[in-house]
Amino acid sequence: MSAVPVLAVDNLSVEFRTRSGIVKALEQVSFNIGKGEMVAIVGESGSGKSVTAYTVMGILDAAGRVDSGSAVFGGLDLLQARESALREIRGREMSMIFQNPRVALNPIRRVGDQIADVLLQHGGITRREAPKRAIEMLARVRIPDPERRARAYPFELSGGMCQRIMIAIALACSPRLLIADEPTTGLDVTTQAAIMDLIAELGAEQGMATLLITHDLGMAAEYCDHIVVMHAGHVVEMAPTAALFANPRHPYTARLIAATPRPTARLADLVSIPGNLPDLRATVIPACRYSVRCERRKPRCEQPLPLVLGDEKGSMVACWNPL
Amino acid sequence: MKATWKHIRYVLGENPVTLFAFALFGFILLCAIFGPWLAPYDPLTTNAAQSLKPPSARHWFGTDALGRDIFSRVLVATRLDLGIAFASVILTFAIGALAGIAAGFFGGWVDRLVGRLADTIMAFPLFVLAMGIVAALGNSVGNIVLATAIINTPLYARVARAEANIRRNAGFVEAARLSGNSEVRILLLQILPNILPILMVQCSLTMGYAILNAAGLSFIGLGIAPPTPEWGILVAEGAALMISGEWWVALFPGLALMTAVFCFNLLGDGLRDIVDPRRRT
Amino acid sequence: MSDVFDKPLLDAQSLHKHFPVGKAPGPFARAPNTWFGRADRPVPKLHAVDDVTFTLAKGETLGLVGESGCGKSTLVRLLTRLLDLTDGSIRLDGAEIGHLPARGFGSSSYRPRIQMVFQDAGDSLNPRFTAFAAIADPIRRLKPLPREQLWARVEALATMCGLPLELLGRFPHQLSGGQKARVGIARAIAVEPDLLILDEPTAALDVSVQVVILQLLNDLKTRLGMSYLFVSHDLNVVRLLCDRVMVMYLGKIVESGPAEEVFRNPSHPYTRALLSAIPHFMPGQAAPRLRIAGEPRSPIDPSPKVCRFYGRCPQARVACEQSMPLLQGVGQEHSADHSVACHFPITANAAREVA
Repeated sequence: MSAVPVLAVDNLSVEFRTRSGIVKALEQVSFNIGKGEMVAIVGESGSGKSVTAYTVMGILDAAGRVDSGSAVFGGLDLLQARESALREIRGREMSMIFQNPRVALNPIRRVGDQIADVLLQHGGITRREAPKRAIEMLARVRIPDPERRARAYPFELSGGMCQRIMIAIALACSPRLLIADEPTTGLDVTTQAAIMDLIAELGAEQGMATLLITHDLGMAAEYCDHIVVMHAGHVVEMAPTAALFANPRHPYTARLIAATPRPTARLADLVSIPGNLPDLRATVIPACRYSVRCERRKPRCEQPLPLVLGDEKGSMVACWNPL
Repeated sequence: MKATWKHIRYVLGENPVTLFAFALFGFILLCAIFGPWLAPYDPLTTNAAQSLKPPSARHWFGTDALGRDIFSRVLVATRLDLGIAFASVILTFAIGALAGIAAGFFGGWVDRLVGRLADTIMAFPLFVLAMGIVAALGNSVGNIVLATAIINTPLYARVARAEANIRRNAGFVEAARLSGNSEVRILLLQILPNILPILMVQCSLTMGYAILNAAGLSFIGLGIAPPTPEWGILVAEGAALMISGEWWVALFPGLALMTAVFCFNLLGDGLRDIVDPRRRT
Repeated sequence: MSDVFDKPLLDAQSLHKHFPVGKAPGPFARAPNTWFGRADRPVPKLHAVDDVTFTLAKGETLGLVGESGCGKSTLVRLLTRLLDLTDGSIRLDGAEIGHLPARGFGSSSYRPRIQMVFQDAGDSLNPRFTAFAAIADPIRRLKPLPREQLWARVEALATMCGLPLELLGRFPHQLSGGQKARVGIARAIAVEPDLLILDEPTAALDVSVQVVILQLLNDLKTRLGMSYLFVSHDLNVVRLLCDRVMVMYLGKIVESGPAEEVFRNPSHPYTRALLSAIPHFMPGQAAPRLRIAGEPRSPIDPSPKVCRFYGRCPQARVACEQSMPLLQGVGQEHSADHSVACHFPITANAAREVA
């Protein structure tokens, strides 16, 4: 990773207050994203990957509370910053694209106007230039016939098209960090590939850092430089993509890779992950939250988690008995 | 079942307003059931010596022009008012729910027929329509119930229609078709149980309207015939006396009416919290 | 292919399903040159399924692949007889069932023979029904059993599908995603269907659960001797389970053949684009990428002469705009089954050159 990361999340812990007690959704989550890097947080449902993204963006649900930690972006701790400061940053320096673009877009405004709104708010351009720049943005996200599409409403466009509009809005002000929360879930494979290509290319062009939240290990493998594997609110492993796939060190990572259908695998080759997530509402949660499912568990695993640094630069595994 | 009780307890604990609404509902229900025994005076006995006395320890709500105890009259009227409202809401439920879910589920001509009928009813000022129905059919409790039910049905049917329509192509409906269920069976056994809670909420809200409507009809002289204690009549009797300073004659029955309507509206909101699965997390 | 596949279980011949779009011109609309107001202009029709022909052998797993809006859901609903055909014939074990109206099919003796596992197990289970009631429902309606036997049967099904018996009394919202999927499968196999249609059965599941469900499905197929039509957009999953695959694009089958063959030598440009879009799990290694640009053609009253893929196809030529390509065998002796609807199919050699 580069010397000064664009985003440095350190020791982040988040709790949720629910009816059935406090859920320790994130515990001691740390990772960095460097300039121009694309980092994926992968994990199954309940792993805390989306909570991480929402916390960084400052759009955590009201029931959630940041217990400790920091998320430093451009010298500013996002978790301590005032809402007004965050509003300045969001949309201009840091933006986010969501899983369901149709919900995130305003249904009764023309998409061109929605892009222009963002430009006017943050881009420092005049009202006259805005529509022209909006059309340029549409062209940049490879929307054919941008002049005509700028006048369309979201419902007139396909899902893939809406996601491109979202990307256009997110990238309108050339942010330094893009957070993409499952940006292609629900889209077709060919559209998914096109959208991911687009994010990767535009990221490379602008030197933008990208945090990709996904459950799709294959997609992370294909597009990301670094992968952060989460399980039950812990970062269990973190490594450069090639190293992670060639040599997974955490038992959960190995299991996750083994469970994912690959072009070369047969059905019998795939193995599932036994057991379930531990109950995060319990007063006593095992130090290693994977230990209840782990076949490599040892008595030592009851001690607080070690953060073993790997041989590779920027790699880490949180396990007493790594592979 | 246990989980449901737990959920109800949670909602009530979280929301004191709902708890209050339930308590109030319980109180009104008790008044309706035991009113005639609890009333300190006979609501019909006149006493010229005691006419138009302001509220006092002997007559909590004062007395009317004929010296009848207003407290007793308001208390005894609860049963009649609530009874009319209940009966009409049950009727509304039976007609509105069935017509509405059939329209929403089957679509096509059923939907058009129900829709047009509802539009036709809605085209009248509803209270005037109720007046017309009672005027045409005659002053009787049965006809008041019928009129109140008819004017409430369109709104009710619309709610039922919308809810059924959302579910007509739900996965579980398709699955039921694959399992060999007939369309009517699907409507009654798969769809209806799912929208029943929502319809119950609507019932509670409709109760408020029904009470107001029944009282309104009596107020203008088209409902229950006078000496019978009924909130609408009591307000009507007191209305003329407001100007001459005998405010209590109209105020207390009015308050009772207002409390009941208020209670059912609050209750509806609370019930919505209880049955809405989205609030279960 | 072996003898087992000789007689098809399902034989679908030129299936069509057209949906009218919008309304017919009303009584006051006046078409040009007509005096009597009522226009004779036909209603525009959306061709959701257009001339689809295929067979499915006993014990076979056929994959159906395509993007959203390609008509695969409509095709599935035609085959499960939830929807009436516009035209065509569906034969199950030689008996014509395509002409039976969908509305009354529930009481037909063919109903138990075709069942389906739904995409979203959560949505396909009635929130007011327990797991037991959900599994018992098709048995009660289609193959009634006395009370005690019904219990025993439902418990046997639950065990077969790996659903702990103590969960039978629970409602869907008390079950996990994987458990709901198991209930959905148990319900679908409850009446011992010959043909089970699986509509993206694992799309909503986590990978660790997906594996278990896929293995369960594969196991059930051999144990109960069912045939599967497996609908998915995840080609990596299709490859795991299917003997043959069909690729659908805008209402038409554009390629079909043995799974291995289609995945190794995709002949239709669309199939190639699909395959190149799936993650290949070789980090750091640049894979050959074939991306298709542009939007699909409109499925409303499409020209019968223009290839449906025209406009997005990277190798379109004049011929593609002049006649619709038909499904034809790709000339290779070892894969007589492999056919493609393209005027200029990519041969194995050419594909290697491109790669």
